[in-house]
Amino acid sequence: MRGFLTLFFKEVLRFWKVSLQTVLAPLISTLLYLLVFSHVMADHAEVYPGVSYAAFLVPGLAMMSMLQNAFANSSSSLVQSKVTGNLVFVLLTPLSHWEFYWAYVLAAVVRGVLVGSVVVLTVWFFFPIPGREPLWIVVFALLATILSGSLGVLAGIWAEKFDQMAAWQNFIVLPLTFLSGAFYSIHSLPPFWHTLSRFNPFFYVIDGFRYGFLGNSDVTPWQSLLIVGSACLALSWTTLALLRSGWRLRT
Amino acid sequence: MTAAIEIRGADKRFGTVHALKSVDLTVEAGDFFALLGPNGAGKTTLINLLAGLSVADAGTLKVMGFDVGRDYQQARRNLGVVPQELVFDPFFTVRETLEIQSGYFGLKHNDDWIDDILDNLQLADKAHANMRTLSGGMKRRVLIAQALVHRPPVIVLDEPTAGVDVELRQSLWKFIQRLNREGHTILLTTHYLEEAESLCRRVAILKQGQVVALDTTQHLLQSRALGSLEDVFVAIMQDSELKVGA
Ligand SMILES: Nc1ncnc2c1ncn2[C@@H]1O[C@H](COP(=O)(O)OP(=O)(O)OP(=O)(O)O)[C@@H](O)[C@H]1O
Ligand SMILES: [Mg+2]
Repeated sequence: MRGFLTLFFKEVLRFWKVSLQTVLAPLISTLLYLLVFSHVMADHAEVYPGVSYAAFLVPGLAMMSMLQNAFANSSSSLVQSKVTGNLVFVLLTPLSHWEFYWAYVLAAVVRGVLVGSVVVLTVWFFFPIPGREPLWIVVFALLATILSGSLGVLAGIWAEKFDQMAAWQNFIVLPLTFLSGAFYSIHSLPPFWHTLSRFNPFFYVIDGFRYGFLGNSDVTPWQSLLIVGSACLALSWTTLALLRSGWRLRT
Repeated sequence: MTAAIEIRGADKRFGTVHALKSVDLTVEAGDFFALLGPNGAGKTTLINLLAGLSVADAGTLKVMGFDVGRDYQQARRNLGVVPQELVFDPFFTVRETLEIQSGYFGLKHNDDWIDDILDNLQLADKAHANMRTLSGGMKRRVLIAQALVHRPPVIVLDEPTAGVDVELRQSLWKFIQRLNREGHTILLTTHYLEEAESLCRRVAILKQGQVVALDTTQHLLQSRALGSLEDVFVAIMQDSELKVGA
């Protein structure tokens, strides 16, 4: 347990020591998105009756930054340790693949939730949005960052160089987060893109998270829970199996 | 008594390179052992297999009787490895690095031992310096300190004195000898053969992934009637050249 806690705290400390870059920078970029989009789209028809576009946008943007930051935390830490070689200090220890996995994922959860909370609270200061179902907010915040943090671990195990990591970021994480209904309801999309979005787990993450704030969503939160929960299980299982085999870490 | 290190038929290939060819090697508990060989002989590869940083294609490896695959947690608790490459984590200070390493092994209240290591490796005044700011030789000392933090019965040092100044080299060996007297088994690799000759009781020489000599330092010197381990090393390299040629 203590070994696991040490690795977890080390991972939290690692991003905390550079919080300007890991917490403040995402806050600013999210606020800029919010400022620009909510102005441009102010006259846009209401997505849900009685809900302003800005209120619709805030949970989506907050979740987008949570997903991106959770992914960035585990993936960049692992790739950095592999490139500089200091991952050996972890690999030489008796830490099990479970401990390894959860330490990296939970540190990603901490960073994702921290960024998300800071975004929501900062926005709320200027523009109070409702928080109708707090329990759903918490559930989807946790599942989302676990999902994305796991994806980061998987990417970190696989990648051997920084440009391979950037490929994951640009070709997988960014499209998934943008095509997830963060900025719009997927009902407003043409049929092809609508159907495609339905296969994106990040869509359900955002939809469920938004339900927590507005009490309104495209699908029921229970359906989102089922899909996001299954995605988490499948991804954890895969990543744990790879870690156990030593794939790309113990060559 | 269980051997400190027991290697049977260890085989490892990297693509077309046959890095280790069915290596057998036993190091008794309490021994001071040198693993010698030219560049690319397979020394680091063998150490990586022992440490679980790399997985053997065939063969079994045990540390204090624990299989490095099946009982990996016990095997790693019993082993401290100083890697050949100068690696470090730029986010932390020397002391933080050692406390974190200690924590990975589940250790609490390890401060006295950490202080002892810092003193013996002359790092005490650098305890709160960031790893990035250390010179190469100092980073090497921290690597050694990290390997000792959990008091492993078996200590493996892969070229611990590369890039380390004379004074520290002497105090480092004094410290390692003290650990050996206290019962720790030492296995080291080095290209400074006079170091191996004066320190190590037994020597194995690897060449192209094979053990070409394995004996006590004394016997090796006597059997060849040569003045130094360096001369013996050169003679053995030439002999094995003939064998390969035949
Ligand atoms: N990860 C790897 N991929 C491919 N080849 C490798 C790898 N690691 C080692 N080798 C090869 O295996 C052989 C043994 O290398 P090793 O590092 O074990 O040598 P060494 O005895 O430690 O040498 P040195 O004294 O230079 O440290 C070399 O031919 C090396 O090129
Ligand atoms: Mg080597």
